[in-house]
Amino acid sequence: MSVLVFLEHHGDELQKGALGVLAKAVQLGAGDVSAVIIGSGVEGLAARAAEHGAATVYVADDPRLEAPLPQPRVDVLAQLVADKGIETVLFAQSILSADVAAALAARLEAGLNWQLVDLVAQDGSLIGKQSALGDSVLVDVGWTATPRLALFRAGAFDPAPASGAGAVEQLEVRLEEHSLAAEMLEQAHEESTGPSIEDADIIVAGGRGLGEPEKFALVEELAKALGGAVAATRAVVDAGWYPYAAQVGQTGKSVSPTLYVACGISGAIQHKVGMQSSKVIVAINKDANAPIFEFADLGVVGDLHQIVPKLTELVRARKS
Amino acid sequence: MKIAVCVKQVPDATVTKRIDPGTKRLDRSGEGALNPVDANAVEEALRIKEAQGEGEVVVVSLGPEKALDSLRKALAMGADRAVLVSDEGAAGSDLVATSYALAKALERESADLVLFGQQSSDSDGAVLWAAVAERLRRPMISQAAELTLDGDSVTGKRQTEFGYDVIRASLPAVVAVADSINEPRYPSLKGIMGAKKKPQDVSSLAEIGVEAERAGQPGSRTEVLALGDPPPRGDTRTIEDDGSGAEKIVEFLAEKRLL
Repeated sequence: MSVLVFLEHHGDELQKGALGVLAKAVQLGAGDVSAVIIGSGVEGLAARAAEHGAATVYVADDPRLEAPLPQPRVDVLAQLVADKGIETVLFAQSILSADVAAALAARLEAGLNWQLVDLVAQDGSLIGKQSALGDSVLVDVGWTATPRLALFRAGAFDPAPASGAGAVEQLEVRLEEHSLAAEMLEQAHEESTGPSIEDADIIVAGGRGLGEPEKFALVEELAKALGGAVAATRAVVDAGWYPYAAQVGQTGKSVSPTLYVACGISGAIQHKVGMQSSKVIVAINKDANAPIFEFADLGVVGDLHQIVPKLTELVRARKS
Repeated sequence: MKIAVCVKQVPDATVTKRIDPGTKRLDRSGEGALNPVDANAVEEALRIKEAQGEGEVVVVSLGPEKALDSLRKALAMGADRAVLVSDEGAAGSDLVATSYALAKALERESADLVLFGQQSSDSDGAVLWAAVAERLRRPMISQAAELTLDGDSVTGKRQTEFGYDVIRASLPAVVAVADSINEPRYPSLKGIMGAKKKPQDVSSLAEIGVEAERAGQPGSRTEVLALGDPPPRGDTRTIEDDGSGAEKIVEFLAEKRLL
């Protein structure tokens, strides 16, 4: 069985989620594991893929692939899958990868399963574990034909170093006319201060319950004391209290830190999907009926304006 | 300019969603509603038409006959015409089959712009438009939070994991809009009354040129094998703050070796 992992990159970094999926592919032990990197000036990233277990790293390097637009990537992948007879292509959830996976499904008439949290090999086939209906159901999904396409939820797997042969193979890039009909006019990168929430082991997040934007200082202080990063809900980002780069949830980032402290967050499904894979969740909210208490390991019903500063103080005292 | 808006009927927000253990499909027997972000797509189409002073807005959907109720909401908002592809044979269609049928229906409309809502509230999916754009061989922009039309192109601005992108696509194009793009209008009483008289075509798969083997289960490449319970999250504990809430949290974190 041949498995290909689409490795999305951002600048000089391969995406952590995609490397996690590569680790999963290696761990499956279900055959040859290759990876593909598509962009402009990306050859240097191939070595990183080898360090994570890819036996072959396909590289499509072309100035027309510089902008992270989906359709040119579909052209490259469709040709690669056909040429090499690849049976399974795996993707880690992101705006770009979801678009690429879906368009590739149409191009190849291939089945795509998404919102997967795991993949298991069984009797020479693969079964995906799909989390559905707000995580109330875990569905076993399959493919009735190859190629199979799978899109994993962000943070489903952690990257793991593994030695792969990492033979680099350059791909010839041929693009369809309609794939060149969209162009990136502008791309802006918000530089977030402090550690990035995707890589943070500890996250302290603030929601509407803070009451006013200035109160984000409480969250920042606690994050600093714990040595973590600051995240925010969509409601407060939309209200302009905090930058979008810190937004966790359906329309923001998905995170899976060791500890997630939710301050004044109700835990609506849109937020939950972005942080539920955190290992330990602590919630502070004044509303005892807030849904977050249904899945927080420890929930404290009370006034965060009292509790959070005190908690910061206690954490500091303990650490000093 | 002709704008086609692809919409979907989803279980109403007040309905507890469940998967039918027999069919292993989402139970759609309860009250249905227009997928919330699809209303943003309809709104955006209406604004474009209003700004240009001319044009046509067609809502296109795939679903059971009762989905007409949701299409009528779009008509009441101001869309001109509704097209529903309704066929028993389409039940259980996956992405491959759904995108094929929808692309067939859209080909007949040959709209300058095809709009989608960013995602459907019932499948957590945010994938359909990309598959449809590919089938139509048109450029696409997803997650658009702002749209501008400029002669023969459309420009969309979107938020990404890292900041924002501004993407321009030549028309005809496919665009998926985010719910932050606008505030959908409420249908007026006049709009609601008028909606009943607007054209509402219901077609079968055969009528739009979809072969039976390319729809439903036979046309799909994925399958649902089994339904199970999600892994338990372990113990959850909720306490009332009696003044010692912060201490309790510290004890808990220490117990978990997180301090």
